[in-house]
Amino acid sequence: MNKISILSRSGLAALGALAVSPAHAAWTLNMNEGVTDLTSKVFGLHMLIFWICVVIGIGVFGAMLYSVIVHRKSRGFEASHFHESTVVEIAWTIVPFIILIAVAIPAAGTLLQIEDSSNPDMTIRVTGHQWLWEYDYVDSNVHFFSRLDRDSDQARQRNSGIDPNTVDNYLRNVDNPMVVPVDTKVRLLLSASDVIHSWWVPELGGKKDAIPGYINDMWFQANETGVYRGQCAELCGRGHAFMPIVVKVVSQSDYDNWVREQGGNPNADSDLATGQPGTNEADAQAQTSADESATAGDATEARTNDGSTNNEQAAEDSIVGTGEQDDQGGDNADSEAAEASPDRGSPQVPDPEEEDQSSSENSQDSEGQQDDSAAAEGEMSRDELMSQGEQVYGNLCAACHQPDGSGMPAAGFPAMKGSAVATGDINTHIGQILNGKGAMPPYKGTLDDTQIAAVVTYERNAFGNDTGDVVQPSQVAAQR
Amino acid sequence: MSTVNPTDTHHDHHDHHHGPVTLADGVWPWMKRWIGTTNHKDLGTLYLIFSFVMLFIGGLMSLVIRAELFAPGIQFVDPGFYNEMITLHALVMIFGGVMPGFVGLANWMVPMMIGCSDLALPRVNNWGFWILPFAFTMLLGTLFLSGGGPASGWTMYPPLVMQTGNALPLMVFAIHLAGISSITGAINIVVTILNMRAPDMPLLKMPLFVWTWLITAYLLIAVMPVLAGAVTMILTDHFFGTTFFDAAGGGDPVLFQHIFWFFGHPEVYIMILPAFGIVSTIIPAFARKPLFGHDSMVYAVASIAFLSFIVWAHHMFTVGMPVSAELFFMFATMLIAVPTGVKVFNWVATMWRGSMTFETPMLFALGFVVLFTIGGFSGLMLALTPVDFQYHDSYFVVAHFHYVLVPGAIFSIIAAIYYWIPKWTGTMYNEKLGQFHFWWSAIWINVLFFPQHFLGLAGMPRRIPDYATQFTDFNVISSIGALMFFLGQFVFIYNMIMCMRRSGKKATGRVWEGARGLEWTVASPAPYHTFETPPKIDPRELA
Repeated sequence: MNKISILSRSGLAALGALAVSPAHAAWTLNMNEGVTDLTSKVFGLHMLIFWICVVIGIGVFGAMLYSVIVHRKSRGFEASHFHESTVVEIAWTIVPFIILIAVAIPAAGTLLQIEDSSNPDMTIRVTGHQWLWEYDYVDSNVHFFSRLDRDSDQARQRNSGIDPNTVDNYLRNVDNPMVVPVDTKVRLLLSASDVIHSWWVPELGGKKDAIPGYINDMWFQANETGVYRGQCAELCGRGHAFMPIVVKVVSQSDYDNWVREQGGNPNADSDLATGQPGTNEADAQAQTSADESATAGDATEARTNDGSTNNEQAAEDSIVGTGEQDDQGGDNADSEAAEASPDRGSPQVPDPEEEDQSSSENSQDSEGQQDDSAAAEGEMSRDELMSQGEQVYGNLCAACHQPDGSGMPAAGFPAMKGSAVATGDINTHIGQILNGKGAMPPYKGTLDDTQIAAVVTYERNAFGNDTGDVVQPSQVAAQR
Repeated sequence: MSTVNPTDTHHDHHDHHHGPVTLADGVWPWMKRWIGTTNHKDLGTLYLIFSFVMLFIGGLMSLVIRAELFAPGIQFVDPGFYNEMITLHALVMIFGGVMPGFVGLANWMVPMMIGCSDLALPRVNNWGFWILPFAFTMLLGTLFLSGGGPASGWTMYPPLVMQTGNALPLMVFAIHLAGISSITGAINIVVTILNMRAPDMPLLKMPLFVWTWLITAYLLIAVMPVLAGAVTMILTDHFFGTTFFDAAGGGDPVLFQHIFWFFGHPEVYIMILPAFGIVSTIIPAFARKPLFGHDSMVYAVASIAFLSFIVWAHHMFTVGMPVSAELFFMFATMLIAVPTGVKVFNWVATMWRGSMTFETPMLFALGFVVLFTIGGFSGLMLALTPVDFQYHDSYFVVAHFHYVLVPGAIFSIIAAIYYWIPKWTGTMYNEKLGQFHFWWSAIWINVLFFPQHFLGLAGMPRRIPDYATQFTDFNVISSIGALMFFLGQFVFIYNMIMCMRRSGKKATGRVWEGARGLEWTVASPAPYHTFETPPKIDPRELA
């Protein structure tokens, strides 16, 4: 018995000892202190409650250990017969209560600060999808999807033969990271299009769920530039482990450059937003984007309208907040775009031009990124389409339509094998994947042309469908 | 202690009119006896055997999980199947392992501890048990369906649960059946305790195991229907076009989480209060000293049960509740530490200046106190909302609830079996094997679960089949611990089978020198029927 108490206490002590020493990459024992004021405070609370537990633990386990060693029959110890004491009972009810109050006060203070997302410097809409993240910079009209990078994605396949240790930041790397400026209060408005996800980058703060039909908000203000990594923290299906989050915190000027490269307008800082070349172009795009979002907004009204009053308030705050900044910058078109944005409920159809521009620029400024849209321009071979299509099918379609295409007729999911859609008119087939049908979600927001072309090609040739059709990304683009 | 009416203790193996049918009477009569039995001891045995089969199946599932997590990358199972494993591991362990385990102990011991002949509703008791094999055959059978078993986690959050295939209705019906079984068991226990106590046993003189079960039974009756309602709404959302939890139809996915955890948090205490009762019975017996603060223990258990109804939302701090709600649930959750602390302090005070010996039941009870307290500490840490935003849904939570459930609830069930099996079989277990079983389990359970605290603090989310490479080392350690802990349990099964085959030293009626309570006043093995007329109670047997 005494051995366990020693074991457990030395375990706790080791945890405490390493808390103060620099963290070792592979043997990290303690929570990361993070790079915001609030993560430091949370870390402080974590250590406070930890040491309280250690002290109580030493007291309780120490008394127990002493008793186990001394008060044993084998030493001839005679049992006493006391069995109650009201004074003692009251004492050990009151004392813990007082300790708890001492912890609850700072905890409540920190909680109130964490939940105060008012007056943000910028707002980003984050939408979780199975299994990728969508980022929409409300103030600067930048919009992109962020998914697991290609290297990790290949290595993570079952029996891929690739050792995950050889992949940089295995499962913690994405094609398009979120980029934010340092020392800026960034507010995230979180929602989801399909199931519940949870956005968590430990160094930037705790997690918050992204829930379909809700708009949650959270905020952070990073004090140091750097790359911070996290991942989805709420079980969201078979790809749950494979939707990482990467946030690059950069200087304000680097951020402004990045926004311009993305074809957006860095209006977060009014000095830079005015009189820069490219502003007019950005305005024009903002206008288009606003028009589009009006339509998209209607289609998804049911989703966004039932958020709680608090959430609607949050969305309204965002409008007011950005509107004020825009007034300083004197840029009305942007303010329109910003107003339209919070009403968007589900993934947008990315503007093809914007997408092209942003992704080709991405590939210039960061290594190892895949440029799907650029590939979309060229013709693809049947083999390429089939292998990529099989992957897409396995990730998204197989859950309902089954890996062998047999579907689940009893549950209402039709078979792919010999299906009228998968063996009939190609455009109907593409259209159904773009727009969804019944329980099947639309994929136009989450899959690019190449992926849709690939999965359509795959479905038309796998499972014995053997239509021999090859669908090119351009055919998909034509139907968008 | 000849306080028992001698006619109660007669048992004659050759008298088929009064004694149980044995295998020697033929296979069919023997099967009919077990299928049709209304005897609380038979049903207790059935419940315990069922519980161990389920713990074994759930354990195998956990080995699949730990094998996949032994190294980064996907080696053995598809991520979808991994999700089925985590879902079924939890459902099987909770509804098939721990809960029936405690019901089995209550079946055996409650009538013997309060001096009545059987549970109040013996036929309901039979029915309550025999529902369970069907429920779990149905649940486990989903693994063989096209589309596989449920993969949404045991918490079944919509909208994800709506993506379950053919398994969904079967999972829902299995939960309904398990719930009906629990409710019938709970009603039976409440009615028995309130109406059938021996005349000299007032409520506050009842043994603490009976007290904790009385309160647990009320919790079960209160919350199992809530769970049944929640899963029924999932069923109608899926098949009949309702949109309780579908935002697109005006429903609310977070509503499900509120309903589920209104069941789920009391459920946590359903799985730990009887454990408190067991430990409060065993420690005084081996410290040869009465339980310190018996009445305050009762009040503490009652307070915990009350608080368990007003803390549910601490399981969902990250869904974006109003800050006032977050504050309330944080404060209420922290309050639970007070009565829980009282219990731990009382156990230590019971040991203090006792005359202790360390037989296997005592070792498991002491292991429970230490390791459950560690789980309690991490629970206190999790109660702080701002810090919970970091801990939530990480391996820190996995470590926390496994500390309270495995070396907590399951150690207590093991301790109870070692403590009472000489009374049940009339045969002492092998003490050397028992001691080995304890030390083996206590060491490997810590190797298994302690590193998971570090993983969670380093940022590893739960419910993932594959992880970033910096989490490798602790996962390797944890997986080794899991395999070794599992293997050690075969020693226990062997030891218990030996007892059931009457291979070992014969047990005396009292069995343990310091044991107090009515169950020790009858012969070992306990006669098939005990206390058919109420016993006259020696005050020394009362709490």
